[in-house]
Amino acid sequence: MAKQIDVDRLSIYYGKFLAVEDVSMTIEPRAVTALIGPSGCGKSTFLRTLNRMHEVIPGAYADGVVEIDGINIYGDGVDPVGVRRNVGMVFQRPNPFPTMSVRDNVIAGQRLNGAKMSKSETEDVVEQSLRGANLWEEVKDRLDNPGSGLSGGQQQRLCIARAIAIQPEVVLMDEPCSALDPISTLAIEDLIEELKSEYTIVIVTHNMQQAARVSDKTGFFNIEGTGKPGKLIEYDETQTMFSNPSNKETEDYISGRFG
Amino acid sequence: MATATRFPVPDTERHIDVVQPSLPRAVTLGVIAFALAAGVGAYLVLDNWFALGAGVFLGYLIPIYVLSRTRESKRRATDRFWAVVMTAAFAVAITPLVSLIVTVVSEGWARFDIEFFTSDMRGVVGEGGGALHAIVGTLMITLLATLISVPVGILCGIYLVEYGKGHLARWVTFLVDVMTGIPSIVAGLFAFALFAFLIGPGYKSGFSGAIALTVLMIPTVVRATEEMLKLVPNELREASYALGVQKWRTITKVVVPTALAGIVTGVVLAVARVIGETAPLLLTAGFTSTVNWNPFEGRMTALPVFSYYSYVTPGFPPEPGFERAWTAALVLIIIVLGLNLIARIVAVRFSPKKA
Repeated sequence: MAKQIDVDRLSIYYGKFLAVEDVSMTIEPRAVTALIGPSGCGKSTFLRTLNRMHEVIPGAYADGVVEIDGINIYGDGVDPVGVRRNVGMVFQRPNPFPTMSVRDNVIAGQRLNGAKMSKSETEDVVEQSLRGANLWEEVKDRLDNPGSGLSGGQQQRLCIARAIAIQPEVVLMDEPCSALDPISTLAIEDLIEELKSEYTIVIVTHNMQQAARVSDKTGFFNIEGTGKPGKLIEYDETQTMFSNPSNKETEDYISGRFG
Repeated sequence: MATATRFPVPDTERHIDVVQPSLPRAVTLGVIAFALAAGVGAYLVLDNWFALGAGVFLGYLIPIYVLSRTRESKRRATDRFWAVVMTAAFAVAITPLVSLIVTVVSEGWARFDIEFFTSDMRGVVGEGGGALHAIVGTLMITLLATLISVPVGILCGIYLVEYGKGHLARWVTFLVDVMTGIPSIVAGLFAFALFAFLIGPGYKSGFSGAIALTVLMIPTVVRATEEMLKLVPNELREASYALGVQKWRTITKVVVPTALAGIVTGVVLAVARVIGETAPLLLTAGFTSTVNWNPFEGRMTALPVFSYYSYVTPGFPPEPGFERAWTAALVLIIIVLGLNLIARIVAVRFSPKKA
C-alpha cells in the first residue's frame, strides 16, 4: 500500500520564474510528513509537484526526479492522470462538487472515471470512505442531500473521504485546516493520525503546533526575499526539529523570532 | 487640529446627529396629490399624454426637493431627487414595452381562434384563413437552426475556455465578436449566396433559412457558453484532476454540468433572439401560403414573414389581413414567452443545489 517518495534535486518553475530550488528529501511511507515555512516559500508549490498537479497552471513545470517506489513520475511516458490516481490530494478550501449529492461526491473518483459499480459496491465504498473520514455518523441519513450543504468542517472531511475512496497510496494535504474552526481541526487531526497506519501523508501547514502534533517528520522551507526561490532549509524528525533544530533559521522561525 | 501623530486620531469635537428631521407623511401625500393635479392640468391645457407625464414628474420633483432641502437635510434632499429621477427613468423604459404588449394583445385577440392554428392561407383572399403554415415554418426553421448552432457553439465555447491558447484562440474570439455584430440581412445574404453556389440560383427552403439563423445564433451561444464556463471555479477542476480524472471527463462531467443552467439559459435566449428574424428568412426561405413539412424542399413561411406579408398585401377586403398580421405577432410573442419560461425552469432545475 503506502509508498516511499524520493525527491532528488527538484527545481520548480512558473514560466521563467524559479519558485523552488533544488529540493532533495525522502518522504517515509506510513508516516506523516509536515511542511512548514512562511507564506510564499514554495511549500504548496512543492506539494503540488508530488502528484503533478503543479502543471495544471499554464507555464508551470518541474525539473528533477520524484520517485514513488522507484518510479520517476516525471520520467518519459508517465501519464499525470495515472500519477494522480495513486497520489490523492485535499485542498485548502473544501471543494465538494456542487452538482453532486454527498454520496456522489464520495464516489466521484470512480464515477468520473467511468467505472461501473453495482449498487451494493457503491454503498460499501461510500460507507467505508465516510467512516474512514469520521463523517459517517453525521451524514448517513442525508447521503442524497447536496454535498455543498454540509458545514465547512464536514465538507473538508467529505473531500478527504472522496480522496481515500479511490484508495491512493499517498495523500497530500494543502493546509487542510486553515479554513476550519478548532473543533473541526481537531477532528481532522485525529483523522490524520488514524489514516497514517495505511497511507503516506504529506501535509502543508502554517500552524506549528499542528505540525508538532500530527507529524513524524518535518521539513522547513524558507525564502531569502521576494523574487528569490524557496529552499528546503532543514528536514528531520519532528521532535528534533522542534526541540533541537540544527539550523539557526529553523530555530528562529519555530520560536517566533522570524523576520 | 491636533499635532501630527503617526495615525488619524478620533475627532472628539464632532458630535453625531442621530436623529434627523423628516417630512411628515401627510406632506408627502400632499405633494403626490399636487403632482397628479399638475399632470392633469398640463394635459388639459396642452392636450397631449407627454404633458401629463412631464406634469406629474416635475410637479412632484420640484416641491419635494425644495421642501426636503428646507425642512430636512441636504443629503435627504439629494436622495429624494435621485430616487424620483430613477423611478421616472424606469417608467420611461417600461412604457413602450407595456404599450406594445397591450396593443398586440388587443389587436391580435380578434383572430386568436382555432381556425388560425389549424388552417393555412391556400385560396384565402378575405375572411378566414390561418397561420398553421407559418407556425410550422417558424418552429421547423428555428429547430433546425438550434440543432446546428448549439453543438457548434457549445463545443467552440469549451474550446475557447478549456483548451484554446495563443493565436488561434485569439482569432476565434475576435471572429466570434465580429459575428455578433453582423446585421441579420447580411446573414441572410450569406445563406442565399451559399445555396445559390451549391445548388443553383433562386433556391429557397427552410434549411437555407435555418443556415442564415445559425450564422446569427452561433456567436450568441459561444459567448454564453464561454461566460458560464469561466464562472466555474478552478478548484472544481483541480478537485477532479486530483482524483485522477482525465481532462475531457472533467469537462463533460464536472465543468459543463456545473455551468449547465447558464448555458441552457443562454441557448434559449439565443433562440428567442432569432425566432423573430424577418429579413434573412424573406431572402432564404421565401414565402408561401401552404403548409410545407419538408425543410429541404420548397419555400417555407415563418411567422414574422407571414405577419409582414399579411400587412403589406392584406387582400380584399384588407381588414382580415391586418387582423391576421396582429395575431401572428401575438403568437410569436407567446412562443418567445414560453421559451423564456422554459429557460427559467431549466435554470432552476439544473443549477447547483444548496441544502
